[in-house]
Amino acid sequence: MHSHENHGSAKTYILGFLFSLILTALPLWLVIQHVMNKALLTVAILLIAVLQLIIQFFFFMHIGEGEKPRYHVMALILGAVMVFTIVAGSIWIMTFNSQVH
Amino acid sequence: MAQPAISMDAHQEHHHDTFKLLGFWIFLVTDCIIFACLFAVYAVLRTHTDGDLTGRELFEVKGFTAETLILLASSFTSGLASLAMQKGSKKHLLGWLTVTVLLGLSFVGLEITEFAKMASEGAAISTNAFLSSFFTLVGTHGLHVSFGLIWMTGVMVQIGRYGIDAHTKEKVTIVGLYWHFLDVVWIFIFTVVYLLGVM
Repeated sequence: MHSHENHGSAKTYILGFLFSLILTALPLWLVIQHVMNKALLTVAILLIAVLQLIIQFFFFMHIGEGEKPRYHVMALILGAVMVFTIVAGSIWIMTFNSQVH
Repeated sequence: MAQPAISMDAHQEHHHDTFKLLGFWIFLVTDCIIFACLFAVYAVLRTHTDGDLTGRELFEVKGFTAETLILLASSFTSGLASLAMQKGSKKHLLGWLTVTVLLGLSFVGLEITEFAKMASEGAAISTNAFLSSFFTLVGTHGLHVSFGLIWMTGVMVQIGRYGIDAHTKEKVTIVGLYWHFLDVVWIFIFTVVYLLGVM
């Protein structure tokens, strides 16, 4: 058995699916019930989304597997830096625009 | 003499596969950047509603929850398809891919119904800046899913014709990766667009 043919088992897919279901239901419940103030709620549901992203990366997309060096992980990290720069940078810079708000 | 030549070939073939997969990962990263730009636009413009056509007014919890669960289930069934492929079961592989395509079709159907309903209520892409960014972001994701459905159907036809070999295996792996990626993007549409919208 080659290492690159190892793409998870039924157990990892079922666990990933269950975790994803929980991490979908939880923020939905938090928002519908208004359990905390708006700022805190926003941070909470964004964190839960990131957690679900990590779960699906590992349980569905198996990013930790494959041969070394893992260039795809490096590409993903570079992508994450760019995504953060674009999204956070745009939101931040646009707060200086008097046309917005 | 022949022995080393064969192992050389296998070696190169193997490297070729690894590079193809890496190439696809790099494509996914660039696709991530497209979505990042659309998310950034949406985040800036989501308050620009020019009146009362806001997310709270337009988004329906039942509808977007159904879309989320359907897409998540289809991501899971495409995983089950690749498991069936590793076990060498062509029947189960085609079965799970069919379930995945049907779930994907119902997702696209729900999304089109949602868009049509919004447009009929006077909330179209040209109504305000919030709706322009909403339809562009969610519509781009919907187009990705629609393209994925055509692609997956094509892969199914090839499996039907050629069976499970090194070539079709690679195709199923790559289309599966694409499908999981679309569900990951949807997590953020669900959270940033819909949940923050109805909050």
